[in-house]
Amino acid sequence: MNKSSLSTRQKIARLAIIAVIPLLLITLVLWAGGWLTPSRLTSDKLVTALQQSGGHHPGYRRNHAKGVCVLGDFAANGNASTLSRAPLFAPGTTPVVGRFAIAGGNPNAPDYAVPVRSMALAFYQKNGEQWRTGMNAMPFFPVQSVQGFYDLQIATLPDAKTGKPDPAKIQAFVQQHPEITPFFAWAKQYVPSSSWTSDRFNSLNAFNFVDAEGNPHLVRWSMVPHADYQPITANEKGDAQFLQNDLQQRLAQGPQRWDLIITVAGPHDKSSDATVAWPAERQTINAGTLTINKTTPQQNGACNDINYDPLILPNGITASDDPILNARSSAYAKSYNARTREQAEAN
Amino acid sequence: MKQNNTFHPALRAIHWLMAAAIMAMLFIGVAMVATVSSLHSLLVAIHKPLGLMILLLVIVRLWLRFTTAKPALPAALPGWQKLLAHLSHWALYAMMLAQPLIGWAMLSAAGYPVTLGNVVLPPVVAVSNDAYALLRPLHSWVALALFLTVMLHLAAALFHGLILRDGVFSSMAGSGTSKR
Repeated sequence: MNKSSLSTRQKIARLAIIAVIPLLLITLVLWAGGWLTPSRLTSDKLVTALQQSGGHHPGYRRNHAKGVCVLGDFAANGNASTLSRAPLFAPGTTPVVGRFAIAGGNPNAPDYAVPVRSMALAFYQKNGEQWRTGMNAMPFFPVQSVQGFYDLQIATLPDAKTGKPDPAKIQAFVQQHPEITPFFAWAKQYVPSSSWTSDRFNSLNAFNFVDAEGNPHLVRWSMVPHADYQPITANEKGDAQFLQNDLQQRLAQGPQRWDLIITVAGPHDKSSDATVAWPAERQTINAGTLTINKTTPQQNGACNDINYDPLILPNGITASDDPILNARSSAYAKSYNARTREQAEAN
Repeated sequence: MKQNNTFHPALRAIHWLMAAAIMAMLFIGVAMVATVSSLHSLLVAIHKPLGLMILLLVIVRLWLRFTTAKPALPAALPGWQKLLAHLSHWALYAMMLAQPLIGWAMLSAAGYPVTLGNVVLPPVVAVSNDAYALLRPLHSWVALALFLTVMLHLAAALFHGLILRDGVFSSMAGSGTSKR
């Protein structure tokens, strides 16, 4: 080796390079993880905002914290096979582990205090793939963007003095996000039902069904109940557990059923805006029947360990460009990591 | 007798391929869990197969490492530096092997299907909340330790290449090595 000796200046310059390259990479990783840009909206910030409004309840989901596990199956009639090649749509039965819940981060909230309810389902296909979906009993989503969702959480935080959301903040929010106006109008006239089993649960976000030839079809779906709607009664408005009690009573009498209705988008329906329901005259396909046989408490229940991430999809279903989907997936993972850790620590 | 100044060409190729893959994985990993944009699903879709590729590559690499001749460290290198070099390399191998397995195990414990294209891979541990609660943070900690060790490895390699110029850097870079 014919190495010439380095001058002091050369040595300093080279040592600087040796230090700068790793430091630059470390800085880039910090930037990629969002640690250098506190103003950027991250999954952490979303989950923290939800925690602020619902309170910190270790071991529970950060949103839709109060719920129960259910077990059942989905019997497909084969009608949706023309839209999606996912095996669960071919005629046959797929086991399902689900969860009914009420919105919000408080696992002790009275059932009557929260108008929005949810149904989450995990379908277990024989080939090992799963379809996980979380649906809400409302006709459309309040906001279009992730920032809008975050701003809504912040705007509706209870005021320190009054203990209630500050109307001025909500008004400012509406001016910034006028797309929420239809949601507020819906919420104002909505009378919740007396039972989870008579609620219609909607995917709200759009997805693509992919058929056997690989063609995508833009769709949304709903679980449409067989049970008839009954408005919430005065008695139920005084019973903090009326939804869970009602579910147990009904299941003791027999299984409860919903039809999985797939709505196919028209050519001008938007995939990326969950604040707008597609017109009622769109083509719908009844894909089969969901039967729920059994309910158990969520603690140690089969649904407890499940993160109902809407992007766990089988071959034959893909995400649309609805921006809410990625945020749900990312934030649900944060919530799942936190609550599983808290549950393990409590054991 | 011919003295080996460089690592086997296949080992060098796999080293640089893995260097790029591992750096990419660390960036993808921190970015995908933080972002709420459409990058999230894209990065997750890259992270899983790339992790599996790294697992396969490290197995091939360990096999090559044990079956091919390797250049000795310069005799002039102080003993503590030689020891540190060996320890850090085995730490790197251990983490490169463990990290994809932890990732796979963590997904299995959470009950997520681990799919590669149309193929569903078998779970490596049973579905368990407690196992997930252990494996998920472990995946982050090993990522951090791996990243910092790679940065030390990079700084040491540059030190050999730019200051000591003792052939250690070129034994892996392989540029005009044996003729120096």
